[in-house]
Amino acid sequence: MSIVEDYVARIEETCGEERDFVVMFKYDKKDEAITKILEKATIKKSISRIIFELTFRNISFRLYGTGKAIFRNLKDNDELKKILCDLLL
Amino acid sequence: MLDPYKIREDFPILKRKINNHPLIYFDSAATSQKPRQVIEAIKEFYEKHNANVHRAVHTLSQEASELYENAHEEVAKFINANGMEEIIFVRGTTEAINLVAYAWGLRNLKREDEVLVTLMEHHSNIVPWENLSKINGFQVKYAEVKDDGTLNYEAFENAISDKTKIVCLPHVSNVTGVINDVKRVVKMAHECGSLVLVDGAQSVPHLPVDVKDLDIDFLAFSGHKMLGPTGIGVLYGKRRVLEEMEPFHGGGEMIREVTFDTITRRCSISWNDLPWKFEAGTPNTCGGVGLMAAVKYLKDVGMENVKAHEETLTGYVMHLVQECKKVRIHGPKDASVKCGIIPFGVDGLGSHDVALFLDGYGIMIRSGFHCAQPLHEKFKLKSSARVSFYVYNTREEIHRFVDVLKETERF
Ligand SMILES: Cc1ncc(COP(=O)(O)O)c(C=O)c1O
Repeated sequence: MSIVEDYVARIEETCGEERDFVVMFKYDKKDEAITKILEKATIKKSISRIIFELTFRNISFRLYGTGKAIFRNLKDNDELKKILCDLLL
Repeated sequence: MLDPYKIREDFPILKRKINNHPLIYFDSAATSQKPRQVIEAIKEFYEKHNANVHRAVHTLSQEASELYENAHEEVAKFINANGMEEIIFVRGTTEAINLVAYAWGLRNLKREDEVLVTLMEHHSNIVPWENLSKINGFQVKYAEVKDDGTLNYEAFENAISDKTKIVCLPHVSNVTGVINDVKRVVKMAHECGSLVLVDGAQSVPHLPVDVKDLDIDFLAFSGHKMLGPTGIGVLYGKRRVLEEMEPFHGGGEMIREVTFDTITRRCSISWNDLPWKFEAGTPNTCGGVGLMAAVKYLKDVGMENVKAHEETLTGYVMHLVQECKKVRIHGPKDASVKCGIIPFGVDGLGSHDVALFLDGYGIMIRSGFHCAQPLHEKFKLKSSARVSFYVYNTREEIHRFVDVLKETERF
C-alpha cells in the first residue's frame, strides 16, 4: 500500500447519508496520479479536463482535474486503499 | 450602503488564486475571512502587550488586562448587554452552549422537566442537552419545522408547557439562513416560566442583535464567524441568571479565595465576580483582542448594511439560478426572510461533487449535512451544497458562481 502513501495526501470520509470518500492527491504528484488513473479506468463522461466519471472493476467514481477523487458505496477505507493501489500501480 | 470592493482591500486572503482562478469564498457560515485590522491587532498584542491577565502588578500585565476587559466591554456594547459582567469569553458557540448545559442545566433540570429545542438546530444545540438528559433524566423535545424551512410557531406553542425549563433555538438557521422570530418564542417561553437560549452563531455576524430588545436569557456566538480569530466566542447571560449559576470550570482566575481549614483539612472557596467566575484559567487574551478588532470593524461597516448587502446578494442568486434547469434551491426563496445562506442541490450530482467541481474554479462552498442532520432528514435530503455570503462578496462573484453551476449541468 506504500504506493497510496506516495500519491495520496489525505482521505476524508464525508458527512451526508452517502458516506463518500474524498481522496486528495499530493500537489506535486496529482498530474501523475491523474494520468495513471485515466490509463486504467474507463471514461464514461467528462467535461473538459475538470471532471471525469470513471469506472474501474465495476466501481464508478469521479476524478477532478484539481487532483481530487470521490468514491462512493465502498465498504470501508481498506477497500478504498486497495482500489487506489491498483489504480496507481 | 456597504462597498464590498473597498472592504475587499482589507482582506489579504482574497487576493489569492486557487486552482488558477481568483478565490471566491462562499463559505463564511463555516468561518469568515479576517481583515487586516484583526490580523494587525493580534500581531500588535503579541509584539507589544503580551502578559498574563489579572495576575501581576507589572505594567505589561496591566496593559493586557485592560485590553482583555475592553474587549468584553466592546462586545457588550455590540449586542446591547448591560456591561462586561454579562459577557463570558469561551472558545465558541459550542462551548457556550455546553457551559449553560453543565453550569445551569446540571443543577436545575430534574427528571420531570423538559428542554425544548428545534429540528433546525446545529448539532451543538442538540448533543449537550441529549448528553445531559442521560444524567438528569429529563426529556428533550423537538419543535417542528415547516416544509418551507420556517419554524412552526403553532406547534412550538403547543410544545411549551410548565414542564419546559429552557427553550433553545437558533436565531438564524445555518442550513437555510431562515431568521426565526425570537421575540415571539421568548414571549411564549417566559409566560411558562422557561429560560431562552439563542444560538446566535449565524445571526450576530450578519444582522443587528439587541439582547435587551429580544429579552433573551442566553446568547451564544463564535468570534471566527464574525471576522475574528478562532478559539474565541461569547456566552451572553442576563446578570440575574448568571449570578444564580455555579461555575462550569474550576481553577485560577474564577475564584476570589481558597482558604485551607487546618481542622477539617478542607478548602473553602468563594467565586470571583462576573464574568471571571466563568473564565477559569489563563484566558485566550489575544483572541479577545482580535474579537474586539472584529467587532469594531463590523460596527464601522454597520450591521444594518451587512444585512442589506447579504439580502441583495441572496436575491441576486435567486434571480440568476432560475436560468439553471438542474439546480434546486432548498428552503425559502424570499431573500427578505433570511440571511445570506443558500442550500441547494444539482440533479444527478452529489453535494460533494458540486463542491469539488466549484473548487476547480476557485469557488469555495460547503457540502454535507453542515452539522444539522435532523433538518436534512426532515427535508429528505441526503446532504446539501451551501453557499454563504459576507461583507466581502460581490455580484460579480455570484455571476461567476452561477456560470460555473451552469457548467455542471452539462455533466
Ligand atoms: C448555528 C450554529 N450553531 C453552532 C455552531 C458551532 O459553532 P462553533 O463550531 O464555532 O462552536 C455553528 C457553526 O457552524 C452554527 O452555524
